[in-house]
Amino acid sequence: MPRAPTTTDAFNAVAEASRRDLLDAIGAEEVTVNELVDRLGLSQPTVSKHLGVLRAVDLVLVRTAGRNRWYRVNGPALKPIHDWVRSFERTWNLKLDRLDDLLVELKSQEEIQ
Amino acid sequence: MSTTRNRHGSATVTLPSDREILITRQFDAPAALVFKAWTTPELVKRWWGFDSSQWLVCEIDLRVGGGWRYVTREEGGFEVGFHGEFRVIDAPHRIVSTEVYEGFPEPDAGALNTIVFDEQAGVTTMTVNVLHTKKEHRDAHIESGMEGGMQISMNRLEDIVVDLSDAA
Repeated sequence: MPRAPTTTDAFNAVAEASRRDLLDAIGAEEVTVNELVDRLGLSQPTVSKHLGVLRAVDLVLVRTAGRNRWYRVNGPALKPIHDWVRSFERTWNLKLDRLDDLLVELKSQEEIQ
Repeated sequence: MSTTRNRHGSATVTLPSDREILITRQFDAPAALVFKAWTTPELVKRWWGFDSSQWLVCEIDLRVGGGWRYVTREEGGFEVGFHGEFRVIDAPHRIVSTEVYEGFPEPDAGALNTIVFDEQAGVTTMTVNVLHTKKEHRDAHIESGMEGGMQISMNRLEDIVVDLSDAA
């Protein structure tokens, strides 16, 4: 199946585990590329490449101050992913809740027999 | 339904490696019953899929080398099909089977599912491990919405979202 380019939207951007790690490494802080290189143990070009993808879909915002560029997570852009995850969790849980109900019924039938 | 009974929480979904999806859930029932609910067509039809699913095919040939196939019609009229072949049947503890999503265009995109029912003091912990041949297929599986709540390291992301929405 042809995959959508990573920069199509936030969902494709975080389909790659290393970009999720990068978001985690930034956390709720504002950080420089060098700090991320230290935290993740990845090369600077790799970190910059992933930051580029995250910036393209507005998951990461950048601010230039003096000679440094400061990166931070754009929380509202993550909201759709968060909602998406919750909706799928509900889907799976609906299915397994039905299984749970069925098991209760089967169990009571066996107890009667 | 009943409100007095003991539900064992909700399913958790994790991604143990690049090619896997792991779904875990506990049930207040012996393993033999959970196994039966997974392997008996009349029972599978009552929980697998969605409430609104209309069943077209539910076949289970429960033996090593035997096949299974589920086809449902969903709201909106489209059909969704899955099939596979049993590789290991160790009733009521473990089932290993292949799973192919019939809507996926690549023929080699099947997954290997290992379903384990571990009973302790009457409570069965069910784990469903889905192993794809390629990371790309695993990711497509998640992206297709089959996955039940990818808890990547979403907990931290969730904290960030909450922090930021509080601050806004």
